[in-house]
Amino acid sequence: MAKYNLLVNKRRYQAEVADDTPLLWVLRDHLGLSGTKFGCGIAQCGACTVHLDGTAVRSCVLPVSAVGMAEITTIEGLSEHGDHPLQQAWCDVDVPQCGYCQAGQIMTAASFLKENPNPTEEEIVEKMSGNICRCGTYHRIREAIKVAASKSH
Amino acid sequence: MKETVNNSRRDFMKIAALTGSGLFLGFNWSNSQASPVVVSGETITNGLSQFNSYLSIGADNIITIVSPNPEIGQGIKTAFPLVVAEELDADWSKVHTVQGALDNSRFERQVTGGSGAVPHSWERLRMAGATARQLLMAAAAKRWSVPVSECSTDTGKVLHKGSGKSLSYGELAVEAGKMETPKNVVLKNPKDFKLIGTEVPNVDNKNIATGKPMFGIDFQREGMLLAQIQRPKAFGLKLKSVDSAAARKMPGIIDIVTFEDSVAIVGKSTWEIKKAREVLKITYEQGSDLESSSDHNRIFQQLLAQGTPTVRRKEGDVEKAFATAAKVVTAEYQCPFLAHSPMEPMNFFAHVREDGVELVGPTQTPDRARGEASKITGIPVEKITVEMTRQGGGFGRRLSADFVREAVFVSKLVKAPVKVIWTREDDMTGGTYRPAVRYRFEAALDQAGDMIGYKLRGVGMNAGNPTREDNFPSGAVPNLLIDSVDHPSPITTGPWRAPITNFLAYAEQAFLDEVAEAAGKDPVQFRIEMLEKAKEKPFGEVKYDIDRMLAVTRLAAEKSNWGKKNGVHQGFSVYFSHRSYVAQVGEVVLEKGKPVLKNVVAAVDCGIVVNKGGALQQVRGGVVDGTGHAMYGNLTFTKGAPDQSNFDGFRMIRMNEIPEVEVHFVDNGIDPTGLGEPALPPTGAAVANAIYKATGKRLRNQPFILEEPFKGVS
Repeated sequence: MAKYNLLVNKRRYQAEVADDTPLLWVLRDHLGLSGTKFGCGIAQCGACTVHLDGTAVRSCVLPVSAVGMAEITTIEGLSEHGDHPLQQAWCDVDVPQCGYCQAGQIMTAASFLKENPNPTEEEIVEKMSGNICRCGTYHRIREAIKVAASKSH
Repeated sequence: MKETVNNSRRDFMKIAALTGSGLFLGFNWSNSQASPVVVSGETITNGLSQFNSYLSIGADNIITIVSPNPEIGQGIKTAFPLVVAEELDADWSKVHTVQGALDNSRFERQVTGGSGAVPHSWERLRMAGATARQLLMAAAAKRWSVPVSECSTDTGKVLHKGSGKSLSYGELAVEAGKMETPKNVVLKNPKDFKLIGTEVPNVDNKNIATGKPMFGIDFQREGMLLAQIQRPKAFGLKLKSVDSAAARKMPGIIDIVTFEDSVAIVGKSTWEIKKAREVLKITYEQGSDLESSSDHNRIFQQLLAQGTPTVRRKEGDVEKAFATAAKVVTAEYQCPFLAHSPMEPMNFFAHVREDGVELVGPTQTPDRARGEASKITGIPVEKITVEMTRQGGGFGRRLSADFVREAVFVSKLVKAPVKVIWTREDDMTGGTYRPAVRYRFEAALDQAGDMIGYKLRGVGMNAGNPTREDNFPSGAVPNLLIDSVDHPSPITTGPWRAPITNFLAYAEQAFLDEVAEAAGKDPVQFRIEMLEKAKEKPFGEVKYDIDRMLAVTRLAAEKSNWGKKNGVHQGFSVYFSHRSYVAQVGEVVLEKGKPVLKNVVAAVDCGIVVNKGGALQQVRGGVVDGTGHAMYGNLTFTKGAPDQSNFDGFRMIRMNEIPEVEVHFVDNGIDPTGLGEPALPPTGAAVANAIYKATGKRLRNQPFILEEPFKGVS
């Protein structure tokens, strides 16, 4: 057990947990941030995606001891008023069915749109194929990313 | 808005509560008598007696509509209120929707399953809205001293034609509550629908997109403990002994308890529980056979050869038809076990107290959850509450109550509020799978290529009856025998989205493609001919609607430009499941000699489309689901233990593997017939038949990825 100082969504948190505790469970069980979802625990489905210094990572396999000073962003902190272009596009395109995987989908998309603000459809599909949606909302996820990309120009 | 409910009057409840924000108008039909209701000149008398409290109107014009059925991603929390709002002529932007808790006194059929919620509640929801609208008009007419016939409504307001006066629903809510319940409630002509049939976004979109805690796994309660359950690792094993000494010493562990064949590790945090779970020492003993997939394959052959099946349907003289046939076609098809894999793993919260039980979480059958809790605790159901969270998928898995039972057992044993959470491995290896099945089809053709005989034997692993003996082609073949044999396996099975038909439709529609080819006929034309003949002269009872099936068949052929696309290999499939009809054309191209599914054209008859946006997605999602599981889904066993335990071994379809999906709805004005499942069953055969066209190889086993056309494809 050790004390970890974490910077999450621009707020400072402290958690006393074992070194190997995945960031996912620190967020969910210790910091009360349950927007980041548990799907598989082995980095296969992407439901747990958060940003570490702006880059998408799978928090279910990232030990808290590896976070260091990096700034963590979760779905709760992606935008101040829930109005990130992707969050708006998700509502406008009516993406969610059950909705469980969507926070992870949005976080994956937000990270790569930052690197590539004007992606081709092929690039969207390639980047998003690490995230599983069991309801099969893939067509609308793809569409919403296109909408968000076009609106940020 | 529970406070608005008041059963003090038998037929109708008006003013219920005064709150800081205004007066509320509540309706309650729970104890009403089934008075005749005039709708478009027809009298409807059935189904109203249990009808119930769906809406309230505040003085601030906010309309609250309760959706009582579990929301698992099928869109019911949007669709139900939409129907009420339509008949109420409400301003949708002022409608607030609320998930109702289990309440038998207010609601009925609080189940998500069988694509049945909208068909079941359609009339009731419309009545709720229409009754409220008439009361509001009556209140306005009284206030203006004009005949109610001169009043109309428009988007949350009552209007008076002559004077141009208008009042908002909020301004009329109190008076409306004092009016007599109308005896005759007039429903809208569907042609006048403004909301129904449009694309209305999911009411929870914003909360989902911003990560609000809404799901069962997010539920928190003061003093709540967490628990994971170690179940036997193989079907057929029983718990013998537990050495929990080391696990108990691990940090954060509160208790370790056993019940039935399970061991519960109870603690404060998920990771600590998981680590303690790893050092538990449990021994098991064999309780029944430990079956492997190789055993299943052998058992399937034995069952297919068995002489004493259960006969499901028999017409004419099958043996004679086959003896005199010009041509006989025989083929066997097999499908594996599948896990449901909702993205939110099973979980449930229970707090067992001396005097009652509180249950919260994702369940498709809250009533069953409560019944099971009552059986375990001995506490009467009246003292057990069930609240439903939003649910991260269901696909039939949450129709079972095993995870609810676990939470109840653990809470009872540790005397604390407990949330049981399954890991993905627990979820995938925990049973109630789609059963594995095998089919043998035989068709007898006469000289003209007409099917004069049809035999189907379905055999399954805990599949019950793996046939749907009254579905097409029954009724369209003069001599027919459908039977089945079941193997009682220790591997637990349960409903999986479109139970039985999710594999039967594939096998049957792929086989009919083989039969059409043997008959020298176009597969679409072959089906149309059979259906038209059955309409003229049916063989035995026909329990599907031939016209609806013909209509989707023709629509899919027309919209896909059937048989006329160059370089594209098309496969056809049509199926009736639950109450709806869906035809699909799969379109495959060859890339580097390998088949790639590019597009699926779907023609859908689900009656009136309630929410077009949700319906389009149900069809797209159904096709993606049907494609993904037909292509990749495979759960195999070694000595009773599943060989796949997570998404690394059990492959789910991903964005780079989906076809485009083109959706066409039949506009026939029939009351809604349900859409949660019917788009899935036809997909497997549409894909398999298109791949056959492209490669000349029949796909008679799922998953397709292991079949010859995909050799060398990752």
